[in-house]
Amino acid sequence: MSVQTTLATESITDSEPAQTAADEVAVARQWRLVWRAFLRHRLAVVGLVVMVIIYLVAIFAEFVAPYSATQFNSDYPYAPPQRIHLIDHSADGTHVGLFVYGYKAKLDPETLKSTFTVDTSNRIPLTLFAHSTQPYRMWGLFNAHLHLIGPKDGHTQVYLLGADHNGRDLLSRLIYGTRISMSVGLIGVGLAFVLGLVLGGVSGYFGGRTDTLIQRVVEFFMSLPTLPLWMGLAAALPSSWGSLRRYFAITIILAIMAWTGLARVTRGRFLSLREEQFVTAARLDGNRSGRVIFRHMLPSFTSYLIASLTLSVPGMILAETSLSFLGLGLQEPVVSWGVLLEDAQNIRVVATAPWLMLPGVAVVIAVLALNFVGDGLRDAADPYKR
Amino acid sequence: MLTYIGRRLLYMVPTVILISMVAFVIIQLPPGDYLTALAAQLSQQGQSLDHAQLVTLEHRYGLGQPIYVQYGKWIWAILSHGDFGQSFEWNRPVSALVSQRLPMTIVLGFTTVIFTWIVAFPVGIYSAIRQYSPGDYVATTLTFLGVAVPNFLIALVLMYLGYRFFGLTVGGLFSPDFENAGWNLGKLLDLFSHLWVPVVVLGAAGAAGLVRTLRANLLDELHMPYVVAARARGVPERRLLFRYPLRVALNPFISTIGWVLPTLVSGEIVVAQVLSLPTTGPLLLESLESQDMYLAGSLILIVSVLTVVGTLISDICLAWLDPRVRLRYK
Repeated sequence: MSVQTTLATESITDSEPAQTAADEVAVARQWRLVWRAFLRHRLAVVGLVVMVIIYLVAIFAEFVAPYSATQFNSDYPYAPPQRIHLIDHSADGTHVGLFVYGYKAKLDPETLKSTFTVDTSNRIPLTLFAHSTQPYRMWGLFNAHLHLIGPKDGHTQVYLLGADHNGRDLLSRLIYGTRISMSVGLIGVGLAFVLGLVLGGVSGYFGGRTDTLIQRVVEFFMSLPTLPLWMGLAAALPSSWGSLRRYFAITIILAIMAWTGLARVTRGRFLSLREEQFVTAARLDGNRSGRVIFRHMLPSFTSYLIASLTLSVPGMILAETSLSFLGLGLQEPVVSWGVLLEDAQNIRVVATAPWLMLPGVAVVIAVLALNFVGDGLRDAADPYKR
Repeated sequence: MLTYIGRRLLYMVPTVILISMVAFVIIQLPPGDYLTALAAQLSQQGQSLDHAQLVTLEHRYGLGQPIYVQYGKWIWAILSHGDFGQSFEWNRPVSALVSQRLPMTIVLGFTTVIFTWIVAFPVGIYSAIRQYSPGDYVATTLTFLGVAVPNFLIALVLMYLGYRFFGLTVGGLFSPDFENAGWNLGKLLDLFSHLWVPVVVLGAAGAAGLVRTLRANLLDELHMPYVVAARARGVPERRLLFRYPLRVALNPFISTIGWVLPTLVSGEIVVAQVLSLPTTGPLLLESLESQDMYLAGSLILIVSVLTVVGTLISDICLAWLDPRVRLRYK
């Protein structure tokens, strides 16, 4: 333990890559040590796995989703989720394989609402790597037919997580929503990161009056209730804007409020590092401010920064969800988790189709996973906790 | 102490001014001005503005004049006689609308903060002194969930469960019988029987955050040498805990109101929308959707200023409790 700690501090202070000596003293780069400490944090590792899966789903949304986000079937409004079965005991013997049971739809003559019951005589076989009848454009680059899972017969429709009021497949929409929600978090934090790093760094490195001024601004932003302001700004976006432009505008609005936390963290680190001997040494050696900051100070807290970055992504995701949920954030045809949840605002809708709350579960899982990873990273990045 | 309060008040002034500017910018953001919107609305109803009215209104809002004049007129009307402008969606003064909704928001916010404390205090202490006990694990898991679940989702699930299993419609702050009744004991009791739902929903995230802070702080404090020394001298455990570590760990309890309040106000908007509460949240949302900008801007202004005032109060409490804070500003 103590050996590791000294090694860790050495590799922090030594900005040059540690040369592997011939006599094979246990040498490990800072990243190695952080990774090792991270692996000891069980929840964080689980979180990391979940996070990687979520991002993979987001990247390969077209392939993972059985249908497109907009494909609808007006015969199946609010069709309930179909459970995947493996074994079927029917009159003509036992079948083994992936399948779901079809629906029997009944139209209420008075309310004109369809109610669906499970029809065990109608077996719809599913297959992995199914071919769909309608091609999709993978990443907008090339056409493809393959889906991770789908009915064997490309013409039938299955709703593994149920359908919404237009008979659109919730699972597919959830998967496409993953792409938008997760990328809003990433891009937003990326923007906030640039702002926070620059302002926090300047504030902490130079101190004095600059510091006071920037800290006042940060405090101002922190004392504001963010949602009303977000709403005000988002409501002012022209409705004529296309979905892509709106997407970026919303991301920027979210980032405007989110940089303050990162600025605080950066400033705090800079303030404490400024007094360290290796920084003084670097300065006395005649390095210019830029070099001292980027070559000497920054590497010693990048892992720490990454941890706080990870921890601010969930906030972004939650903010986007709330905003879209209220109808002021992203809007159809763009699909995000918040946009999907907007359908679930009405208690009558939720009562007939409780599965519409499932995107909320996705939000919770993503936020939890990111929080665990962030916490694990933060602990791992702190050499004194190892 | 007085110097500290004075300083803190002075710091607040630029913040409030900045907030008012932001609110004003939001009012100005949508294309077109107030008069065009009003004229359009009136002509829809088959009325039209006569010239005299037009001139009065133009003068009132300083329309057509430079932006800082408009801002000045707006802020002056608010400061001098509480005139926040006119809501053309409701055709009533903004101040009347706001004063109708604001008390409920404040009651809700206040109750929620109290609730957060009452929950967080024992749970935080318990999970710190019984670290890694089953109870601690349960508490830690719950706090993780509390932070991760968006509060409107809790509201939705509660509503769904209430509807599905008890046939209740959870929502609102009053039963239909009391909705328009005057204030009496019955109405007050009715309010409390409804209030707990939004309070629990809103307080969940805040309480979870507070439990985590209190636990972390207390854990840091409990391993300090002075605690060990006191224990070695035979100070009883209970006294040992309450005497010093708890007092030190309590600081963030007070100071966190600073960040609990902004999140509370934000959460209130979404939750109130889901539970259809008669608070400022849904009003703000409606006004933004219909671009009723004087109402929206005023609401943002009022809610933000109230948050800042709340933070100020918590800071003063903190300074009163902790001499280090108060002396730093000497």
